[in-house]
Amino acid sequence: MNEEIKTFTISIYTENNIGLLNRISAIFQRRHINIESLTTSQSEIDGVNRFVIVVNITETQAKKIVGQFEKQIEVIRAFYHTDEQTIFTESCMFKIKSALLFEEPQIQNIIKESNARIVTVNKEFFVLEKSGRRNEIESLRRDLNVFGIMQFVRAGRIAVTKDEMKVTELLLAFNNQ
Amino acid sequence: MKTETQNKTQVVANNTIRIPGSEAVVRSLIAEGVDILYGYPGGAIMPVYDELYKFQNEIHHVLTRHEQGAAHAAQGYARISGRVGVAIATSGPGATNLITGIADAQIDSTPLVCITGQVASHLLGSDAFQETDIVGISTPVTKWSCQITKASEIPGVLAKAFYIARSGRPGPVLVDITKDAQFGELDFEYKKCTGVRSYTSVPKTNPEAVKAAADIINSAKKPMIVWGQGVILGKAEAELKAVIEKAGIPSAWTILGASAIPTSHPLNIGMVGMHGNYAPNKLTNECDVLIAIGMRFDDRVTGNLNTYAKQAKVVHFDIDPAEIDKNVKTDVAVIGDSKDSLAQLLPLLEAKSHDAWLQEFKDLYDIEFEKVIKNDIYPTKEGLTMGEVLKQINIETKGSAAIVSDVGQHQMIACRYADFNVSKSNITSGGLGTMGFALPAAIGAKMAAPDRHVVAIIGDGGFQMNIQELGTVFQQKVPVKIVVLNNEFLGMVRQWQQLFFDKRYASTEMTNPDFVTIAKGYYIEAKRISKREELEGAIKEMIASENSYFLEVCVEKEDNVFPMIPTGASVSDIRLS
Ligand SMILES: Cc1ncc(C[n+]2csc(CCOP(=O)(O)OP(=O)(O)O)c2C)c(N)n1
Repeated sequence: MNEEIKTFTISIYTENNIGLLNRISAIFQRRHINIESLTTSQSEIDGVNRFVIVVNITETQAKKIVGQFEKQIEVIRAFYHTDEQTIFTESCMFKIKSALLFEEPQIQNIIKESNARIVTVNKEFFVLEKSGRRNEIESLRRDLNVFGIMQFVRAGRIAVTKDEMKVTELLLAFNNQ
Repeated sequence: MKTETQNKTQVVANNTIRIPGSEAVVRSLIAEGVDILYGYPGGAIMPVYDELYKFQNEIHHVLTRHEQGAAHAAQGYARISGRVGVAIATSGPGATNLITGIADAQIDSTPLVCITGQVASHLLGSDAFQETDIVGISTPVTKWSCQITKASEIPGVLAKAFYIARSGRPGPVLVDITKDAQFGELDFEYKKCTGVRSYTSVPKTNPEAVKAAADIINSAKKPMIVWGQGVILGKAEAELKAVIEKAGIPSAWTILGASAIPTSHPLNIGMVGMHGNYAPNKLTNECDVLIAIGMRFDDRVTGNLNTYAKQAKVVHFDIDPAEIDKNVKTDVAVIGDSKDSLAQLLPLLEAKSHDAWLQEFKDLYDIEFEKVIKNDIYPTKEGLTMGEVLKQINIETKGSAAIVSDVGQHQMIACRYADFNVSKSNITSGGLGTMGFALPAAIGAKMAAPDRHVVAIIGDGGFQMNIQELGTVFQQKVPVKIVVLNNEFLGMVRQWQQLFFDKRYASTEMTNPDFVTIAKGYYIEAKRISKREELEGAIKEMIASENSYFLEVCVEKEDNVFPMIPTGASVSDIRLS
């Protein structure tokens, strides 16, 4: 029975303590699961962090791995979602020679059409920022590649779910116990 | 450090006093009821040792001869007492030497708190002398781990450590304390931890799940129970017995579940797994409902998962939600504390007896008896067998001994043939299979249960892995009984070489030293026997002795342990020879 491999966004709500990344990454490592992207930041709840991790695995694997995360003492809750269940975006930056803006006027059209934003311009280079789906970012990258990109960086996926994630309730329940 | 704000606490020692961190460590241990700990000193933990010296009337430190010994001794203590075992070591090599014991405790759900010293915090990350990232190293094999760099954090973190180690599914916790935190001062007040917000230690049993489980069990024609250590950890022995008896269900155990129900119970059908009994393994693939209680479907139990109990509906009781559907897909899962869940189940069960079904187990037992057991415990050939040694120990202790076994053939024989009439009597390394476990674990077990016979059963290989702990036996005068079953081989590996590698005995033959002289060198009473007529007398003498006693039994060199399920085979393909 070969289950389909899909892209899952795993969200892990945690205490904001040292050493957790180590525990979380060890769980992927042990199971030979490659992390496509990883973002961690504060969440909507004070003192609670959220990891957003994108992996390509089967649903059975997703379910089991979420169980392993929830088992970690400092993990408050963990969830997995498919692309359809989330609203997600990625962002990236391009550094490009300033001279090109004048030598290759087409670039200005590309910037406009892609909804990219110019973050800064100086004599040497300018920096573009763009958020969106992976394919939009990739297509912009292809377009700009023709002219030469000095630096490119893409940040991990960030996502919110379409349904509610009941973490706050859990914390309240603990406080009222 | 936010640890404190996330925990629920209860004050137990509120006369605030200004003391150094090292003293806070010892006072915290005392506040947790610790009266014994196992360890080995060194530079980075010296301030705590100095306090242990001052507090020696309240808390007894046992100097083992190796930190691995300390970890295993703490495990033995925890396994027989049901309390948290404590081990302590210095930084660097002291800390890394604990790791095998910690990993063993993690996979066997043993509550441990391990305290390690660490270099001063300003040196962290600088490759300082005896610095090692022990929190990083231990992360995958601990339930929780934490580093303390400020004295003020000590009581809060230790309280949390004890709570986590013993609650829910127990496990090992490591707390690493920098030397400056041990020297620094704090206003000491001890608050016991009673909850951690991100951690649900015991999920509440869902009555609907229990009802669904009861319905399946009531409708079963051929039900079978496999229980594991979860029953012992949950103190649910009486509840399990009541369930088994009311519903008349033949019940088998995993290696760590051994002793929860007495061996002699008429519904106790033996051990499952690679070297388990014939009937429960074989009939796993014929039962219509398989009820797993506090066990995790380890691969040594299931053999090939593709052919494991495929015909059966599976009901799984476990405290750890991550175990559900991990290896075997269940029809009904009851998540919660085993004592609670089984107590809820009992009134919903119909009283039944499954006589014809039980008879099937008895018939297969008779086959196993003829082909295997008879030769093991009533041998007719000349050489001594491991089985007859166990039989003699059963007789002399009336089945009341706690058996601490090492890893190998003797372990399987000990688990198969020891009479377990008292719960928490089988102390062995189940999940990790750690050779060298038994001698130090027996020390801890005997110290926790001085009124019980504690008999360590060890192979000649495993004995030499922590043989130095004879020094601890001697110095502490622990009256533990040590039986080495000497076959001059790494027997279990040799058995596999014989069966699966055409008898190529690569590096499994052992030329052994004179064990009796070694034991006597440690001033331990010692004897060697190799003839059947000496066996009864020697075991009598050993059990009757008030002191520690070492007995070497020279057994048949190339005996094998059967039944056996070869790796990757189906449980119903279990071999009798
Ligand atoms: C630390 C460790 N190293 C290696 C092994 C692999 N191993 C399993 S059983 C065994 C042989 C044990 O021999 P012995 O202690 O003499 O016991 P016997 O099987 O002869 O009863 C070995 C080497 C192990 N389990 N643990």
